[in-house]
Amino acid sequence: MPLIEYRDALNQAFAEEIENDPNVFLIGEEVAEYDGAYKVTRGLWKKYGDKRLIDAPISEAGFIGLAVGASMLGLRPVVELMFWSFCTVAYDQIINNAGCIRYMSGGLINCPIVIRGPANGGTNVGATHSHTPENWLANIPGLKVVSAATGYDAKGLMKTAIRDNDPVMFMENTLLYGEKSEVPEEEYFIPLGKADIKREGSDITFIAHGRAALTALEAAERLDEDHGIQAEVVDLRSIRPLDEEAIYRSVSKTHRVVLVDENKPFCGVSAQIATMIQENIFDELDAPIRRVCTIDAPAIYSPSIEKNQLPTAERIIEKALGIL
Amino acid sequence: MTQTTADPEVSPVDYAKAEINASLTKEDKIRFLRQICAIRNFERIALKYYNEGKMGGFLHLYIGQEAVAVGTCSLMGEDDHVITAYRDHGHALAVGMSMKECMAELFGKATGCSKGKGGSMHFFAPDKNYWGGHGIVAGQTPLGLGIAFALKYKGLKGCCMTFLGDGAVNQGVFHESLNLAALWDLPVIYIIENNRYSMGTSIERSSAYKDCLAQRADAYGIVWDVANGEDLYEVRAKTAVAIDRAHRESRPTVLEVDTYRHYGHSVADAKHKGGYRSAEEIEKYKQSHDPLVIWRRRLIEEGILTEEEADEIDKETRKEAMEAVKFADESPAPSMDSIQEDVYYEVDRQTEAGRTGRHFFND
Repeated sequence: MPLIEYRDALNQAFAEEIENDPNVFLIGEEVAEYDGAYKVTRGLWKKYGDKRLIDAPISEAGFIGLAVGASMLGLRPVVELMFWSFCTVAYDQIINNAGCIRYMSGGLINCPIVIRGPANGGTNVGATHSHTPENWLANIPGLKVVSAATGYDAKGLMKTAIRDNDPVMFMENTLLYGEKSEVPEEEYFIPLGKADIKREGSDITFIAHGRAALTALEAAERLDEDHGIQAEVVDLRSIRPLDEEAIYRSVSKTHRVVLVDENKPFCGVSAQIATMIQENIFDELDAPIRRVCTIDAPAIYSPSIEKNQLPTAERIIEKALGIL
Repeated sequence: MTQTTADPEVSPVDYAKAEINASLTKEDKIRFLRQICAIRNFERIALKYYNEGKMGGFLHLYIGQEAVAVGTCSLMGEDDHVITAYRDHGHALAVGMSMKECMAELFGKATGCSKGKGGSMHFFAPDKNYWGGHGIVAGQTPLGLGIAFALKYKGLKGCCMTFLGDGAVNQGVFHESLNLAALWDLPVIYIIENNRYSMGTSIERSSAYKDCLAQRADAYGIVWDVANGEDLYEVRAKTAVAIDRAHRESRPTVLEVDTYRHYGHSVADAKHKGGYRSAEEIEKYKQSHDPLVIWRRRLIEEGILTEEEADEIDKETRKEAMEAVKFADESPAPSMDSIQEDVYYEVDRQTEAGRTGRHFFND
C-alpha cells in the first residue's frame, strides 16, 4: 500500500469525488491557484479548472453562506476554512443556516455541505488561530462533526462526508498534514459514527479523537514499555454521530478510562463521553473517569510552553497510573 | 448606474405602459388584486387570533407592503427563485403557498408548511422556488447568492430575488454578498424593502447614505435602482429590468423599493405609534399610500372591475383566511416524537448512515 501524506490522502478524496459527481466543487481562500494554504488541494485546480476549484476572497460568512444556499439547490460544496478558528466570523451561516434549515423547513430543504480545515492548537499562532471547535459544533443538532487522526481515516471519512446528505464539519490538523500513513489505491469509505480501535488493550481505555488519539497511542506504548500495562486506544473519528457502542465495549472490558481531548475541558467532547459512560455503564467502572484536556486557558503563544498546554503522553500516563 | 428617485407624491412615469405591464391581461390584474387582498386578510385574521393567544412568538405583519411581494413574484419564471427575511407571509402567499398551510404554521400545528417547526418567520416552499423565511437579519443574503450561484453552475437561465429590509443593509454579510455577486457575475437581485424603520430605528438613525440605500451598490459596480413600492406597475417594471439583466447577462442588481408597514415591527412593538413614528405619519401612509387601495382604484379606473366586484374579492379572501383559521385550529399539534424528526436527512430516511452511530443525546 502506498505510504502518503495526510494532505495527499485528502487530496485523493477530493479528486475522486469531483470525478464522481459533477455537483461537487471546492471553494475557499487560496484553494485553487495557490494550491491551498497547506497544499491540501495542490494540483486540483490545474486538473479540474475554475468551475470545480474556486478561490474565494476573505469573506467566510459570504462564501459559506453561498455554499449553504448552493447546497439547498442540490450542489455539494466542499468549503475550506484556512483555519477552523475562522468559523467565528461565519457562525450565523454555519449554525443558523446549515444547522437549522432542514429542521425549520420541516424537512423540505437539505444541506449536503462539507466544511473542512485544520482545527488545532500547537503551532504557536496564538489564541485566535488555535481553536478546536468540534465541541461547539457538535452541540448543534443538525450538524455532523468528524475528526480524522490519520491520512487513511481522513480520506475514507471525507469521501463519506461529501456523499452524506447532511452538513458535515470536518476537523483536520496542521500538525498532521505531513504525517504519512498507508492508503490503499482502491476506493474505500469509512462510515461516520464508527470508532476505530487504534490499539487493543485490557487494562485501561483511552478515548480520544483527532491528534489526541495519536498522543494517547504514544502514552499507551510507553505504559506498555515502562509498566507492562496494556491500554486500549479508541479513536472516535466521528463526534456526531458517535459510536457509543465502541466506547461501552472497551470500558466494559478494561473498567478504567482516561478521556483525552484537545478541547478545553468545560463542555468538551470528553465531558459528553464521561456523562454517557456514567449514565449507561456506571457499574462497569472500577475507578473514577479521568480526563486529559488542553489546559484551560486561551492558547498560549510561547513555543516552548504551548506544546505542553495540549494533552501530552506524560499527563495521560500520570492520570492512568492514578487509577490503576 | 441607473439613478431614479422615487418621490411618493409624484410618479412621473406611467409604468402601466411599460412593456411588461402592457401585456397584462384583465385576469392577471385581477389576480394581483386578489393576492394583495389575500395577504391583507390573511394577516388581519392572523393578528386577531394572535391577540386571542392562538399562536406564540413573533408576528411581523407585511400589511402596507403587499404590492412589493405581489409585483416581484408575479414575474417569476421556472428558474427564478425567492428568499426573504422574517417578514415573510406576503412572499409566501405571493408565490402560491396556501393560506391553510401558512395559518397552520402560525398556530404551530403539524399541518403547517414547516410542520410547526418554523413558525411565522420560517415559511418554506422549495417546490415553488421559495426558500424562506429567515429570522436573522441579512442571514439570508448569502443564501440567495448561493441559489444564484447554483443556477449559474447548472447552466440555468434564472435568478434569485433576495429580499431584505432597510435594517439589513448594515450587516457585514450583505456587503460580502454584494462583493461576491459582482466579482463572480451572479444572477442575484437584492430587493431592499425599505419600510424606513429597522424595528424602532429610522433609516436616518441607522444608515449613512447620501441619496438612498441602494446607492451603496455603486461601491461594487452593481447596477441599482429605486422603485415606488405602492405602485405595482412600477415594482413590476423595475424588477423586470433586473430579472432580464440576470437572465441575459448573469449580472446582479440592487433594487430598493420604498414602502411602509402599517403595523409595528412585530405585534409586540408597542412604540410604533406615537413613539418612534407619529400617528400622523402612519395615517398619511394608510390614507394616501396604501398599495391595496391604490391598485384597487387603478383597476376600477381602468374599467377592469367594479367596486362591487372588488368588494367581493375582499370578501372571498377574508372567507378563505377564516377557513384557514378553522383548518389550523382543528389541526393536530406536532407529536412529541416529531421533535427529533427533520434534524438529519440520513436519520429520517433510516439510511445506513442514519443507522450508524448515535445522533441524539438525550440520556
